Amino acid sequence: MTANVYLQVIFYLVVLIASAKPLGAYMAAVYEGSSRVVRWLAPVENALYRLCGVDPQQEMHWTRYAMAVIWFSLLGTLAVYALQRLQVWLPLNPQGMGNVTPDSAFNTATSFATNTNWQGYGGESTMSYLTQMLGLTVQNFVSAATGMAVLVALIRGFARQSAQTIGNFWVDLTRSTLHILLPLSLVLALALVSQGVVQTFSAYVTVPTVESVEYDKPVLDADGQPKKDEKGAPITEKAAQKEQVIAVGPAASQVAIKQLGTNGGGFFNVNSAHPLENPTPLSNFLEMLSILLIPAALCYMFGVMVGDRRQGWAILSAMTIVLVVLLALCVGAEQAGNPVLAGAGADQVASATQSGGNMEGKETRFGIANSALWATVTTAASNGSVNAMHDSFTPLGGLVPMWLMQLGEVIFGGVGSGLYGMIAFAIVAVFVAGLMIGRTPEYLGKKIEAFEIKMTAIVVLVPLIMVLGGTAIAVMLEAGRAGVANPGAHAFSEILYAFSSAGNNNGSAFAGISANTPFYNWALGVAMLFSRFWIVVPVLALAGALAAKKKVAPGSGTLPTHTPLFVFFLIGVVVVVGALSFIPALALGPLVEHLSMQVEHVTLYGSK
Amino acid sequence: MFKEFRPALVMLLLLTVITGIAYPLIVTGLGRVMFSNPSNGSLIMKEDKPVGSLLIGQPFSDPKHFWSRPSATSPYAYNASASSGSNQGPLNPALKEAVEGRVKALRDADPGNNAAVPVDLVTASASGLDPHISPAAAEYQVRRVARERKMAEDRVRALVAEATEGRQLGFLGEPRVNVLKLNLALDAAH
Repeated sequence: MTANVYLQVIFYLVVLIASAKPLGAYMAAVYEGSSRVVRWLAPVENALYRLCGVDPQQEMHWTRYAMAVIWFSLLGTLAVYALQRLQVWLPLNPQGMGNVTPDSAFNTATSFATNTNWQGYGGESTMSYLTQMLGLTVQNFVSAATGMAVLVALIRGFARQSAQTIGNFWVDLTRSTLHILLPLSLVLALALVSQGVVQTFSAYVTVPTVESVEYDKPVLDADGQPKKDEKGAPITEKAAQKEQVIAVGPAASQVAIKQLGTNGGGFFNVNSAHPLENPTPLSNFLEMLSILLIPAALCYMFGVMVGDRRQGWAILSAMTIVLVVLLALCVGAEQAGNPVLAGAGADQVASATQSGGNMEGKETRFGIANSALWATVTTAASNGSVNAMHDSFTPLGGLVPMWLMQLGEVIFGGVGSGLYGMIAFAIVAVFVAGLMIGRTPEYLGKKIEAFEIKMTAIVVLVPLIMVLGGTAIAVMLEAGRAGVANPGAHAFSEILYAFSSAGNNNGSAFAGISANTPFYNWALGVAMLFSRFWIVVPVLALAGALAAKKKVAPGSGTLPTHTPLFVFFLIGVVVVVGALSFIPALALGPLVEHLSMQVEHVTLYGSK
Repeated sequence: MFKEFRPALVMLLLLTVITGIAYPLIVTGLGRVMFSNPSNGSLIMKEDKPVGSLLIGQPFSDPKHFWSRPSATSPYAYNASASSGSNQGPLNPALKEAVEGRVKALRDADPGNNAAVPVDLVTASASGLDPHISPAAAEYQVRRVARERKMAEDRVRALVAEATEGRQLGFLGEPRVNVLKLNLALDAAH
């Protein structure tokens, strides 16, 4: 690895950690209502509450909070579904995009409302500008804000004692959107436009190309369907393409919130690999920073709100350590390259004039370092946007993003959802430690008892069942196996990756898989719904139960949860659960593929 | 059970107006005023007509031009309304075959050049629209282009240098050469 790789990674981590404190302090002040911004904009907020018929002072019991979350998400899902099914009759559709099929529309609606943003469709060839704005951009904001609200409710459970309520969902939702996500998005969107991210309502631009391209054009029959010969192969004719139709649109506004809200749903098909969605190394840096910015700052906010900042730093440290270790593995694997490419005559050695390494499915401006860094960051967070094609990564390079998702999206994770998932793991950690020393476990002054452990177990186990169960069903069914694009062990990896992504609300893909089929649209849609709401509801139940408890003063048997010992214990619990659950499945996919690649290596260079 | 239905419905509508209409319009308006050309897709204009985008690559196969990276878009390369990578796994036989074919095409167009072929020049980009190649990939092609155009190699190298962007702020990203910009400059110079 060159010195520049280290420099870029270190710069990224330093800026990220340095931003966590000021933003975290601001967010704590927003949710507590003490921020000046909240006071200035109080008239706007109050107008919204009045129109909704909500009393912002009235707090909610956890069951009511959960009902509010569910109604809001359900209506959001229906709105996105309806927009896609009706877009042909609605305005702002200059390319005349047709209505989306029911299964694909269901998949996309659940995907965006659950903050997953898995994309079974290609943006520039499917969605009208109106659908992208009113449907997708809105859910980018509010699904993220919903995750943040649920987290704040859980934190209140720790901060309060003998309380019946955990806050008001409408207030938490509104403040997350108006005071945190919206201003950050506005600044980021303009910074991205300055770099060349497109933001326009014009139709696609047609330009003449310097050279014409010859290609095999499918022959269409009278109904516009491709004609086929007796053997079923499509009939083609030679054609020359002399112009380029450049897809544009209001991308920057959506890209900004897609990153800040750990959504990840791209405006264009190839997401942030598209030069009009991520044109320069600086835009790439800003987008990558935005992915982890709020999840990191939420850790600091957690510390402030529970009255012990060290607790927030401890969790942030645990997340950062896992991130750095897996990042090193991913960069190393991609830079080492693919012996098959070397055998075919390609030079993969890094030098001052090329990044070298496995460049299949990567962009020149990002090279190896920024592609591997992005892949690690986007799957650590439940973002799922890509700037390189993970399907073409080396086996170990592709294992890193897959396993980061399988860990439950708790290494930073989604905005809100990542930290409430990690707090669940912290509860498991104190519980396991309690078993070892024979004391009732406590976390942040609250006794952890049977009910809390039951809720935590649901939070940890539901994604696991969705991922492994979904993969098992898909590989058994013809409809599941039909979607894969690559032969051998890699085919299994594609299916496992898809369910790891949907079952943890990430949204990234081994994109070769043809997931826009009824089977995958329904199966992945159901996995996304379960993994979102079967976690949100138990987390809110946990919040309610914790809020009702008294705080106990730490005694001699209390395990301190801000020490390096606890940080490593927490990492241990996360890694052991993730490893025990997924190593058998990973062995069938990326690990077998890695061994096959070693065979290629030996054939090429001998056994040394 | 239904107590929160009305707030949910009204709040969704209000936040849709704020984040789905007002916000994109504000970004579009400010973007157009502050960064007019980038907000429209960084188009290259010639006599008031767009002839390409600085950010969207084009396909080249004439030995007189510098070649771009292979593109996996369909049905033809560099289809800018259907971005796509190849999504071929590292051990997919189709990937090996494709790379071998690309190496052969480069060698056939430039007999006698036995330098190793830079990897980015024979692997498909993520977007299928990558406007750049590495400086190594440009250097690999300098001799061929100079010979085909009967230009001095140093003259071609000077044009390559003009189309080269270094690491941003000195350390971000990778150095790269904009192929469309370079070829337009070549055609204008010769």
